[in-house]
Amino acid sequence: MNGTAFSFTLNGTGCLALPSGALFVPSEDLLCVSDLHMAKSERMARRRGIMLPPYETRATLDRLGQDIATTKPRCVVALGDSFDDLAASEALDPEDRDRLLTLQEGRRWVWIEGNHDAGRNAHGGEGGECLAVAGLTFRHIATTEPTPGEVSGHYHPKFGLPGFHERRPCFVVDARRLVLPAYGTYTGGLDAREPVLRTLFADRALAVLTGPRALPVPLPTARPLSRRA
Amino acid sequence: MDVPARLAPFFARRGWSLHPHQAEMLARSDEAALLLIAPTGAGKTLAGFLPTLSELAEDPRPGLHTLYVSPLKALATDIRRNLLAPVEDLDLPIRIEDRTGDTSQSARRRQRADPPHILLTTPESLALLLSYEDAPKIFGSLSRVVVDEIHALAESKRGDQLFLSLSRLDALAPGLRRVGLSATVDDPEEIAHLLARNPKPCAILYADPGERPDLSMLDAGRAPPWAGGAALHAIPAVLEQVRRHRTTLIFHNTRAQAEVFFHNLWLQNDEGLPIAIHHGSLSREQRQNVEAAMLRGDLKAIVCTGTLDLGIDWGDVDLVIQMGGPKYVKRLVQRIGRANHRAGVPSKAILVPANRFEVLECTCAIDAALENDLDGTPRGSGPLDVLCQHILIRACAGPFAADDLYAEIRTVGGYTDLSRAAFDDCLEFCATGGYALRAYDRWKRLMLRDGVWQLRDPRAAKRIRMNIGTIEDSGSLSVRLRSGTHLGEIEEYFASTLTPGDTFLIGGQVVRFEGLKEMTVEVTRRPDSNPRVASFGGGKFPTSVALTRRILDLLQRPSWPELPRHTAEWLGLQRRFSKLPQAERMLVETFEAEERWHAVFWGFAGWNAHQTLGLLLTHRMEQRDLDPLGFVATDYALLITGLRELEDPASLLGPRDIREGFETWLQSNAVMKRTFRGVATIAGLIEKNLPGSRKTGRQATFSTDILYDTLVKYDPDHLLLRVTREQAQHGLVDFGRIEEMLSRIQGRVDHVRPARVTPLAAPLLLERGRVPVAGAARERLMAEQAARLLEEAGIEAL
Repeated sequence: MNGTAFSFTLNGTGCLALPSGALFVPSEDLLCVSDLHMAKSERMARRRGIMLPPYETRATLDRLGQDIATTKPRCVVALGDSFDDLAASEALDPEDRDRLLTLQEGRRWVWIEGNHDAGRNAHGGEGGECLAVAGLTFRHIATTEPTPGEVSGHYHPKFGLPGFHERRPCFVVDARRLVLPAYGTYTGGLDAREPVLRTLFADRALAVLTGPRALPVPLPTARPLSRRA
Repeated sequence: MDVPARLAPFFARRGWSLHPHQAEMLARSDEAALLLIAPTGAGKTLAGFLPTLSELAEDPRPGLHTLYVSPLKALATDIRRNLLAPVEDLDLPIRIEDRTGDTSQSARRRQRADPPHILLTTPESLALLLSYEDAPKIFGSLSRVVVDEIHALAESKRGDQLFLSLSRLDALAPGLRRVGLSATVDDPEEIAHLLARNPKPCAILYADPGERPDLSMLDAGRAPPWAGGAALHAIPAVLEQVRRHRTTLIFHNTRAQAEVFFHNLWLQNDEGLPIAIHHGSLSREQRQNVEAAMLRGDLKAIVCTGTLDLGIDWGDVDLVIQMGGPKYVKRLVQRIGRANHRAGVPSKAILVPANRFEVLECTCAIDAALENDLDGTPRGSGPLDVLCQHILIRACAGPFAADDLYAEIRTVGGYTDLSRAAFDDCLEFCATGGYALRAYDRWKRLMLRDGVWQLRDPRAAKRIRMNIGTIEDSGSLSVRLRSGTHLGEIEEYFASTLTPGDTFLIGGQVVRFEGLKEMTVEVTRRPDSNPRVASFGGGKFPTSVALTRRILDLLQRPSWPELPRHTAEWLGLQRRFSKLPQAERMLVETFEAEERWHAVFWGFAGWNAHQTLGLLLTHRMEQRDLDPLGFVATDYALLITGLRELEDPASLLGPRDIREGFETWLQSNAVMKRTFRGVATIAGLIEKNLPGSRKTGRQATFSTDILYDTLVKYDPDHLLLRVTREQAQHGLVDFGRIEEMLSRIQGRVDHVRPARVTPLAAPLLLERGRVPVAGAARERLMAEQAARLLEEAGIEAL
């Protein structure tokens, strides 16, 4: 992963942004992924009668399994919105359920609650609203008052290089905080320049694009997308 | 047959008499299916309606008698106006109403409760009507259905949907008579097969083809440019023609070209001749204003696109100008018919080639049009995505037995060969999604109860109805002024490339992009001499197989006295320095220019197929470390640019390798994903993006590309992937045209290695729209740019 990951320091703790969209903290052997949105297809079918290909949980766990195999973490933090809702988490396909438990074997597993999956799911591990480890504070949604070392998800940031006509899920990071990209297979994205997201960060901030390798680019400074003439 | 007695006074007062084909339509009005082929302006629509007016004049019983379906909303409105003339003149107790997407909710409700005698509608509005539980009541009394402009509908999925709807109407109204009205086409039998209630036949009636049109190529006084499609060099000559005629329609092949031409036309329109613009991406208000001004006779010319190809009677048009190669002879003939929209007067049209190649195309198209040698677009059997939508629509109307529906569908021309297994696959897809992983047993959409299929949750009907239709939405965003005035729509992709301050053209004005607000592009008016050209969606048609063949034949003549001198000399030079392309061989030229190596494949397979061929060949080159950088496709050739000379082009053109590339590697390409998006939307896997239904935060929506990738990986035999591969034979991917080319050349490749760029290839170096090759090189470029940006920003680390 060295060479393809992007290495940076947040509140004094060394971090690696992996090209897959996961965060790895080497000093803690901690792997963090956000917004898995597992069983989204089940919720779509239940709520809207739309039957999407029911393979997103499998596809997400396939990629998570690869990251776990590479980084061999002692602790995995799922940063909220791990399931599209709690009912969806109960309706998980048995094969996916077993797969998830297998991934948890031999390591600490923390489910941070998100707005989609507030409450406790029945898939092992421990739960909570936030977790503080090694100068980092893991929670689902970034707070407006900056907490140094805050790591969150929720916004599904995306960004693209000028001229390449392609936006990729990305990390957004400045000296104080980090927002993770959505890791789940069935997730869209929010342009990292959108004020609701951009204003959380200082002028000097980076977007780290996911893809074949993690690619850091400066995020344009905050300015209103529309201006009164 | 004479004019029916009850209608005679109207004909007498106007001094009209029946055309022979109109009389015959009356005489044969009892036939179960009848197709009329007639040129524009031959009184086709009246021919279609005479039996209806006659029957209703004799017996104005309440209830729906005739359904009229046309591809355009505007046409329904226009026809209503024309039909009201005899009805009001003769004071006939006949109610005529239209029903389209623009009809108000209250009018629609009333129409369902108390249908008019004659209802004018579109295929989509008809499908929607058929989805209601009271469809049997609405259509029970139906006696005739008239399909106007059936040739246009027959080319698209809208036609497939309509013909499926006709099979439904048959079941609701036994004895229903079908009438089709068509422009001149290459294969009337095929359209008759679509209109027929198979296996019963459909008779064909031909009207007098009329006068030979007056066709010519514009003499702009100078040679057209080497490349490009804007034809700006011809503006003074076009203005002169506009001045000399009463009313001129100036047709363009794409909306973007129309915008660019219109903008530049006004910069040179010193006299201020009243000229307007009209195309499918402009707001309805703007289009209606132009149409009204046209009817009042206030305009000297309209710059337009295919939206004015059909039907509406503009009356006073005496000249049609076709800008650029017409691509299809059939389409050219239909456009020509827009001028002198009256029988007995020859239509007049002038073709304006935008570049040297189009001189060839225009010459060949004029010859073909005069010989009435029309080109066909072969379409396969009825697409299964449309069938899936039909099944869902049927389910909305109430429970059904699978056997009955299958029997009904087999009467439809496009589906006569549909196997029971294929039908069952579609039904299964509608019911459960049809996945190998059976995940939706609890939430299935349709369920079998007491031997009949029905919606599990009747509330689903509302969502299904919102999704009815087969017109592909390329993802467009509405453009509004700050004041709220709606100007039109641009492609979402183009919108995503705009940054505040950018200017672009829409509806003939230059606007400045201010920002995106809730999925609306906010702009201000801002004159700018160098605006960008927006992409509006709308099709880009490749030149037809038949027209391409004619061009290849023309190239093989010993000399070209019929061509303008500049073009004849150009071809002569090509013959001297290289070769001229042939139909039975593939000419490949490789040469160095501008410090790059170029390889030109003269495939003559049309833009779409060359684009696909470019993807396939550069991928193979990348695998062999031949360093391709990018390619450009035109209707006639593919130009690949790279760092090294391609020494053995024949080795890239093995049919087996190309087919294998299509089966494997191409499946993950964006063109396949785009094809899939259309299929998935029509089949009802995903919902159309309806205005107002989209969330402002984009987290909630994700791209259909992800669904495609997931299916390819986890369920590769899924129905919708099979349909996507099938449809890739035509349309955007157009692999069928590559097959046609491969079978033409049979491996005969002529490799010419001139010392420098050849006369024929020179224009290709100027073409825009180069496609970069994805892969290692692109990632490297991205990394370089990211590093540069970091350095500029002075950020090395956090």
